[in-house]
Amino acid sequence: MDVMSELAARRAAARLGGGAARIAAQHARGKLTARERLDLLLDEGSLEEFDMFVTHRAGDFGMNANRPAGDGVVTGRGTINGRQVYVFAQDFTVFGGSLSETHAQKICKVMDMAMRVGAPLVGLNDSGGARIQEGVASLAGYAEVFQRNVLASGVIPQISVIMGPCAGGAVYSPAMTDFIYMVRDTSYMFVTGPDVVRTVTNERVSAEELGGAATHTGRSSVADAAFDNDVETLAEVRRLFDFLPLSNRDPVPQRPFFDDPARGEDSLDTLIPDSPSQPYDMKELIVKLADEGDFCELQRDFAANIVTGFIRLEGSSVGVVANQPLVLAGCLDIDASRKAARFVRFCDAFSIPILTLVDVPGFLPGTAQEYGGIIKHGAKLLFAYGEATVPKVTLITRKAYGGAYDVMASKHLRGDVNYAWPTAEIAVMGAKGAVEILYRSELDDPAKIAARTADYEERFANPFVAAERGFIDDVIQPHSTRRRICRAFASLRGKRLENPWKKHDNIPL
Amino acid sequence: MFRKLLIANRGEIACRIIRTARRLGIATVAIHSDADRRALHVREADEALHVGPSPAAESYIDLARVMAAVRASGADAVHPGYGFLSENPAFAEALAAEGVAFVGPPAAAIRVMGDKITSKRIAAAAGVSTVPGHTGPITDADKAARIAAGIGYPVMLKASAGGGGKGMRIAWNDDEARAGFAAAGREAAASFGDDRIFIEKYVTRPRHIEIQVLADMHGNCIHLGERECSIQRRNQKVVEEAPSPFLDDDTRRAMGAQAVALARAVGYASAGTVEFIVDDARNFYFLEMNTRLQVEHPVTELVTGLDLVEQMIRIAAGERLAFAQDDIRLDGWAMESRVYAEDPLRGFLPSTGRLSRYRPPPEGSHDGRKVRNDTGAFEGGEISRFYDPMIAKLCTWAPDRAGAIEAMADALDGFEIEGIGHNLPFLSALMEHPRFRAGRLTTAFIAEEWPDGFHGTDPAGDALHRLVAAAAVLHRIAEIRRARISGRIDHHERHVGCDWVAVIGRAEYPLVLKADPDGTDVHIAGGDVLRVEGEWQPGRTLARLVVGGVPLVVKVEPLTGGFRLRWRGADLAIRLYTPRQAELARLMPVKAPPDASRQLRCPMPGLLVDLHVAEGDRVEAGQALATVAAMKMENVLRAERPARIARLAATLGQTLAVDEVILEFGAE
Repeated sequence: MDVMSELAARRAAARLGGGAARIAAQHARGKLTARERLDLLLDEGSLEEFDMFVTHRAGDFGMNANRPAGDGVVTGRGTINGRQVYVFAQDFTVFGGSLSETHAQKICKVMDMAMRVGAPLVGLNDSGGARIQEGVASLAGYAEVFQRNVLASGVIPQISVIMGPCAGGAVYSPAMTDFIYMVRDTSYMFVTGPDVVRTVTNERVSAEELGGAATHTGRSSVADAAFDNDVETLAEVRRLFDFLPLSNRDPVPQRPFFDDPARGEDSLDTLIPDSPSQPYDMKELIVKLADEGDFCELQRDFAANIVTGFIRLEGSSVGVVANQPLVLAGCLDIDASRKAARFVRFCDAFSIPILTLVDVPGFLPGTAQEYGGIIKHGAKLLFAYGEATVPKVTLITRKAYGGAYDVMASKHLRGDVNYAWPTAEIAVMGAKGAVEILYRSELDDPAKIAARTADYEERFANPFVAAERGFIDDVIQPHSTRRRICRAFASLRGKRLENPWKKHDNIPL
Repeated sequence: MFRKLLIANRGEIACRIIRTARRLGIATVAIHSDADRRALHVREADEALHVGPSPAAESYIDLARVMAAVRASGADAVHPGYGFLSENPAFAEALAAEGVAFVGPPAAAIRVMGDKITSKRIAAAAGVSTVPGHTGPITDADKAARIAAGIGYPVMLKASAGGGGKGMRIAWNDDEARAGFAAAGREAAASFGDDRIFIEKYVTRPRHIEIQVLADMHGNCIHLGERECSIQRRNQKVVEEAPSPFLDDDTRRAMGAQAVALARAVGYASAGTVEFIVDDARNFYFLEMNTRLQVEHPVTELVTGLDLVEQMIRIAAGERLAFAQDDIRLDGWAMESRVYAEDPLRGFLPSTGRLSRYRPPPEGSHDGRKVRNDTGAFEGGEISRFYDPMIAKLCTWAPDRAGAIEAMADALDGFEIEGIGHNLPFLSALMEHPRFRAGRLTTAFIAEEWPDGFHGTDPAGDALHRLVAAAAVLHRIAEIRRARISGRIDHHERHVGCDWVAVIGRAEYPLVLKADPDGTDVHIAGGDVLRVEGEWQPGRTLARLVVGGVPLVVKVEPLTGGFRLRWRGADLAIRLYTPRQAELARLMPVKAPPDASRQLRCPMPGLLVDLHVAEGDRVEAGQALATVAAMKMENVLRAERPARIARLAATLGQTLAVDEVILEFGAE
């Protein structure tokens, strides 16, 4: 056979992965193959595959008889809307996508390339785990990948998509990436599977309950979002990708936009209800501020008392952190603090400006919170905001009480532009609580207490005490918020701020 | 003329009255409850007075409070609008006692027409046709048959003590009358312990047609033609039109003459409405007289060119009617759609809350058609649970009925309401309905045409192709913009292709797009070529296009890989795939709806302050289930999917821990 026909034959064999029967089985599970998935993730025809002919080198357990080309992972580079991305996609049809030494080497190669050129990495995970036949060589392969995940963190965006099983040590690579998307009903992540759980703890639990998409988006917060199937999930990865810079050396992406930065929204003048105890949907504000109403929310189903995600203002990505009065009155608790802190640190690492929308009555009280370490977890968000050097614009819509006021990108944490709506109340606490402490001796006289409460509200339930001290730069009209916030970010494009040199900080983990 | 007019009402009618008063140079005073502090009528009036708490009984209907507001305002006239105090004679009298003019009829007329029996007696005496019947005692079946034959078949035999359909029989001949008498009597005896039966004419295929009258205090009284209000749902009018597609000139003249006779008989002075029921042989019978401005008065205004509120004010000020019956010309056709905050897809459940988006279609004249929108709503405003859930009255006018319907269908397509459920899709479906278009109406129209409720419409054929072509063009525009992001590798840009497959559910429509500077030709597999023109940019929620030569106004909402399009009552998710994407999408499994057998758990520690459902209730996704107060805030917990409430596990006032079960869902 001449080289050309051998090349063609080898390519054909590699493209067939584990063979027609296994591909059919993969399809029957509602899953696509690695190459099909890359077709959906990347611009049509843009994939350049690396290491198509790599085979494993194991000989034990009869492995030398079976050396499929590619060794269970497709790697390479391509583009998403013309921007470069490095990719790997595990091929479940070949040895169940299990990770061998050479499989790991292929992944490491694209990771190294991504780091060298400064382009994001997207990994499509669908693997039964370590290639047991290879023993410690497989474990070493994982660790090689982990080490690269660590070094790439904060240098290039890393996105993991869980599209099948991802168990044992394998979970720690996605865990160290920036975002994890999952496919509902066909993807699982756990350190130990249901069988081991049952043997060790007698707990009976299904794979779906233990590590399905609902578990990880709603309870564990391991995953950032989940979608119905492979097609939808990969389309959403493309959407997320368009918000992210290519690396920490690159500016945030700019996209042509069709929305007037000065667009007025009269309806925002009535967003804050008359009654202070009535909630409202902060997402309405986010959507009405965003270019074209486009909001890419992350961790929607976890700690919904704080909202995180990306919007664009004047075509350019902005990270949004917002208290959500609809859930738990928008208070800060352990989960909300962790969720927002990680998001703020991602934005800061990749020079994405941060918009913070504040309506926070304080930290959630209770033994569950204190025993759970709200002190350290709350400190994470404080720390994240305090160290962030990207442009920070903050708007207080209603309550900004107590320590939570300080935490939420206040002026004191180097907020660049801090606005308040006329409905803002910036105070140590709500009027009732404050009066009960300040006038304890008068508590048995309801008339006096009512008068004291009214006095306190008159004095503190407004933005002016803070504005008089310069903690608020301006009190703005709700209907002009988009114009003012766009202008604030535009004015901050030249911001340069550096933290003191350090090996790294010591965030309260 | 009056100096200052107080409007003892709220919502759209208050706004509408303020508009006319302003034009006449009369200062306006609004009144409002707690819930209406930020309402549109409060903002539009020259001054506003608070009259009480949110429930209407403690504010808008509280005579003493409203009178106090009248005194405080110094108004010399009061317009009551409709509902609330508008047909309360005591209100008219109280105003008269204070020397304040009531913009409405004399109290005596309100009083007699407000009583069902008296009004019928007066109507009959005035020569108005009433439903023939016999109310005297009927002793046996043969007598019943004789009386029935005298009235003329068909007849309705009804229990005197009846109600709820029990003890009712329809008879078309003597035998049926005899049998019906016995059966209805037995049923009535069993149900109400009273076997007395009366007989009246059974009106077949009834229509609701009413005559607008206008009378001054100088003995002049005319009518302004009719309005047909047969499109009703549970006795609530939904669509009204003027004129009626059913009346001929003779019937119209006869009904008008009787209405005027009745108005004269009660000494009427103001605008009023005489309601008739009309059978399929154009026999008409008096129902009642409404001694106020009707909700649906705009359709009469559109065909007569008169401002009824202005006429009411002038009459109340003692002016004479400036025109006679012969001066009234009915010109063209007008339609009114009542836009309600009721979700037709959830059994017309009222839906209240914040209007996160409210963009009515543009008002005014265009291409020989008129659009008018009477509303008290605004974007960012609230549809309050305390009052009628009407959002707007959308009216159109055209030279003929078909034109008015077409104009209405277009206007509904361009009406954007988000944040709450509303009946726009249902109104659109009505306008498209062939029987509605043919004018074959009865008061049972909705019940007959949608016996199982409304579930949206499924466009087919050309309409479907137009939507598919539109979606493809929008998608291509969005994709081209995506491909213009910064940070691309020069000379290796993404090329957005021309071959697409539109997918709706499992149905596929392969398409080829050929774009030029003025538009795009969309070739649909199978031969159809549709040209799509019009301007749309990503982010626009409404696309005004011309597709295949037909204007298409469609609501657009981006979805993963495509768009949700809403048009004429249809609600479609259209994905646009490249041929390769379509091939792969075909492999995706169809997912069964998620398991509904679950529990509602309390997401936070708090106090259960409200349970909105009872055991056995069926709930829809998004419906409020319970309200939990936590951190001094009320949190409404909603159903995530349709389900049945199997068990309430918590009780009102209970303090709940995190994850404590509030209620359990059963299978649908």
